Parts: sequence; structure tokens; C-alpha cells
Amino acid sequence: MKMANDFEVGTQLEITLPPVSRLDLIKYAGASGDFNPIHTIDEEAAKAGLPGIIAHGMWTMGNLSKLFTPYFEEGFLEDYSVAFKGMVFLNDEITLQSSLVSIQNDRYYFDVLAFNQNEETVVKGSATLKRYQ
Amino acid sequence: MFESLIGTRSNPVKNIVERGSLKAFSKAIGDESSIYIDEAVGKRSRYGANIAPPTYPRVFDYGEINGFDLPNVGLIHGKQSFHYERPLLVGETVMCSTSLENYYERKGKSGLLGFLILKRYGEEPNGKLIFTEEQVVIITEAVRKGMKS
Repeated sequence: MKMANDFEVGTQLEITLPPVSRLDLIKYAGASGDFNPIHTIDEEAAKAGLPGIIAHGMWTMGNLSKLFTPYFEEGFLEDYSVAFKGMVFLNDEITLQSSLVSIQNDRYYFDVLAFNQNEETVVKGSATLKRYQ
Repeated sequence: MFESLIGTRSNPVKNIVERGSLKAFSKAIGDESSIYIDEAVGKRSRYGANIAPPTYPRVFDYGEINGFDLPNVGLIHGKQSFHYERPLLVGETVMCSTSLENYYERKGKSGLLGFLILKRYGEEPNGKLIFTEEQVVIITEAVRKGMKS
């Protein structure tokens, strides 16, 4: 796969995830060590004033990075930043998106976005893919 | 309330990019790409080994800042960023530390919000930087009041 040939400014990558399940969040809690109970236990989410358990922000950010994984033989994510804009609830259908905004020498600058089935943004940020020379 | 700790950093803690943990993490973010998981693909790659997903450093132990204690409940993760000098390799040793970069308070709709900026470092055992991570944690007024009492 040749990145330089694949990508031009405006190129969009997009994936829609299956609906968020409780098991997804239990798995992420175990794998990451983030056992904040608002992500897995209904009563604790309710106590925190939430309508239900919510996904770890880092679960969404982790999923979003997979748009770039196919290119990690040719380059790496030098910078990856997001702001958590909205909550992700059980059964939400999250779409992950990136678009290439500019190319400067060996760096590809992307905007990244995750939004739910109501088109509400949940994560918004940027990523820089640095290509090996 | 954290003002006195601004600028303090933990002692580095030794971590290892462990294959099993990395595999579980890759599964948990739904990204079982061969560059993370498949040993043969890793060996053949330019890295000579499997690499870790960009958000994997969250599993590391960054040590403790003396006198810094945060409740686990009621915190809001506002922002998160990673900067890499190069990817992390499976099996390598990473020295990890955390520093309290800044703390400030701002009036929000639901009262006074605290903004905590934590910066994390991952270095080679010889001190060469591999990655940094920055996190903005928002502390609501209710949580802050609970911590003071």
C-alpha cells in the first residue's frame, strides 16, 4: 500500500461501529485498567447523575485510531489529540471519520471525528501521520 | 486546590510492553491488526517487532505524585493527546512518569470547574523520549467539595 498514492487532500476514511455493548466496555475496562464504575455498573452511573452507563472516552479514541492502522508500516501517528465533546451510551452507533486536510513534506494532517446515530459529535480532534523517508 | 503541586513529577516507573496485555487492548478497541498481533508480520516489518496501538500507553503505571490524590468517581475527561517520537515496540521497557502541569478554576454553568492538566512521559531506560501524553481532567464543583471535606 502506498500512502502517497492513496491520499490526497479531501480523502475521507470512515467506519461505523456495531452498537456499543456492555461487553465492549467491560472488555475495555479490563484491558485498560480503567475500572471507573460509571462505565460498567448501572447503579453507579445513576448515582453520578447519568441516564445510563457511558463508554470510556479512551474507548472511542482507541477505536478511532484504527482508521490509520493500515498505514503503520509506512508511517506512524506522531500526534493524536482529541476533545471529548459528548457522551457515548449503550447501543449508540458510532461513526468514526477522518479527513486529510493537508500534506506537508512527510506529514499528513488529518481532522478526526466520531459522531453518534443522531449526528451529534462525541469526539473531535486531529492526527498527524508521519511517513518514513 | 492543587496549586501547590503544579510542576511536581513522579519518580519514573519501569513498565514493559507486554504481548498479552497489548493483544487484550487491541481486541478491546476492535483493532486486531496484524502489525499489533501477528509475530511474523512484526518481524518482517521495518520495526522488526510488533508495535502498540497509539492509545495503549494508558495501561502503564506512571507512579505517584506525592500528596496528589484524585477520586475515581465524578471526573470528566475533557481532552487527551499523544505525541510520539516513534511507535512503542512489543517487549520493550518503558520508564513512565507523570507530572501535574497546571491547575486552574473557571466558572461554568454548573458552578466552579477545576481543570487539571496532567502530562505523562514514556522514555527508554537511557532517558531518550518515546512519547508524551497530555490529559485535561475536569473536576466538577460537587466532586471538589467532596474532596475538601
